[in-house]
Amino acid sequence: MRQARVAFSGAVHTAEPDGRGGLRLADGRHVTEQEVVWLAPFEPGTIVALGLNYADHAKELSFGSQEEPLVFLKGPGSVIGHRGVTRRPAGVKFMHYECELAVVIGQTARNVNRANALQYVAGYCVANDYAIRDYLENWYRPNLRVKNRDGGTVLGPWLVDASDVPDPGNLELRTFVNGKLVQHGNTRDLITDVPGLIEYLSSFMTLDAGDVILTGTPEGVVNVNEGDEVICEIEGLGRLQNTLASDAAFGRGI
Amino acid sequence: MQIVPMEVAPYRLSGRVYGTLVNHRSALELLGDSVNAAPYKAAPAAPVLYIKPRNTLTGPVVVPNDVEELEIGAHLGVVIGRTACALSEQNALDFVAGYLIVCDVSVPHSVYYRPSIRFKARDGFCPMGPTVVPRAAVPNPDDLQIKVFVDDDLRQSVTTRDLVRPVPRLLADVTDFMTLSPGDVLAVGAAAPAPRARAGQKVAIEIDGVGRLETSFT
Repeated sequence: MRQARVAFSGAVHTAEPDGRGGLRLADGRHVTEQEVVWLAPFEPGTIVALGLNYADHAKELSFGSQEEPLVFLKGPGSVIGHRGVTRRPAGVKFMHYECELAVVIGQTARNVNRANALQYVAGYCVANDYAIRDYLENWYRPNLRVKNRDGGTVLGPWLVDASDVPDPGNLELRTFVNGKLVQHGNTRDLITDVPGLIEYLSSFMTLDAGDVILTGTPEGVVNVNEGDEVICEIEGLGRLQNTLASDAAFGRGI
Repeated sequence: MQIVPMEVAPYRLSGRVYGTLVNHRSALELLGDSVNAAPYKAAPAAPVLYIKPRNTLTGPVVVPNDVEELEIGAHLGVVIGRTACALSEQNALDFVAGYLIVCDVSVPHSVYYRPSIRFKARDGFCPMGPTVVPRAAVPNPDDLQIKVFVDDDLRQSVTTRDLVRPVPRLLADVTDFMTLSPGDVLAVGAAAPAPRARAGQKVAIEIDGVGRLETSFT
């Protein structure tokens, strides 16, 4: 099963695909993808994100081997849903998307062994974890100004039940900018795989239902500009769309 | 999450806690010339923030087996009262509901380049309280004495007069890129060197007019 959260006609609804290209709301109404406002498909608790968790991307950024997964945290204030708009500040040189498999925790996980780890997963969705590299400084990398901006964590379109994703370790990821394929990878190339991440994190912090792990991105990040349409796609999970907008659209720099 | 009494809107905390690194002059002074050397290569240009996730907000503070002592980051915590986006220094304090004490516990680490979140994100590592004191009761958040006691020994006595970015400026710079919501907490920066405590010791943080927060390390 796959489920979305959308705003429509004065309320927030859960919705699922209606099998004919639209959505069926929980109250029975059929709506199109365009007439609803898509929210993140669940309310995120702690957002854990991985840096350099694909060998090719680590090489792209000139990183050597790592002693433990490179983890950073994000705040839920940065989250937006499918078909949302993200601000691109004027004058920055390098703002890029990152297509990532998002793993949503379904029950309290503490000191979990990797052999049982997938039992703690509620489901999966697509994430686009934007970064602005201009703001990267060498203190608590990657700092929140790079990675925790409003609209910088795009989640959706659906939360896909874990039972519908038999092997999270073999999913194709693709990103398209204005229709052009710019990023392509597969979760089999994760340096630390999904069970390994749950084992590692739960060894020192209790994970709870609604916590989410953004598992990192493969190589192929390029700059995007205002007006660009970015689609991140993961096999079996869907296509997550986002559009970049100018400072002016957000009342900045006027 | 621990319940922290709060008698002004929004009446409860959101559970989202952001901390500020090297925002007390003593923290920069302790680093000295090393801020210009690798791996940092320069003092921070923008606020350096970190997140204390929700698992840190439920106690107790447990000293891990492989560590002798933990660091006590004693912060003034600003509690947001109204949705705060792109604030100016002039109006920033209008968006504050009140203040509390944040005890940001860390496993000691000396390099701030890309520290593992294991050092700051363990269960129970962020006691807060004892209450949210309304903004009106704190005339100037940039002139408060902070004292840290370990087993009743005074270990640190510092003032928020020495913040690199005073509270209004910090709020303006942070909300330029991330909106803070009602009930969010921004811990504005601890002094250095941080006092340390072992398992079995009692830690107390006092801030003028904000109260006294007591925590036991186990």
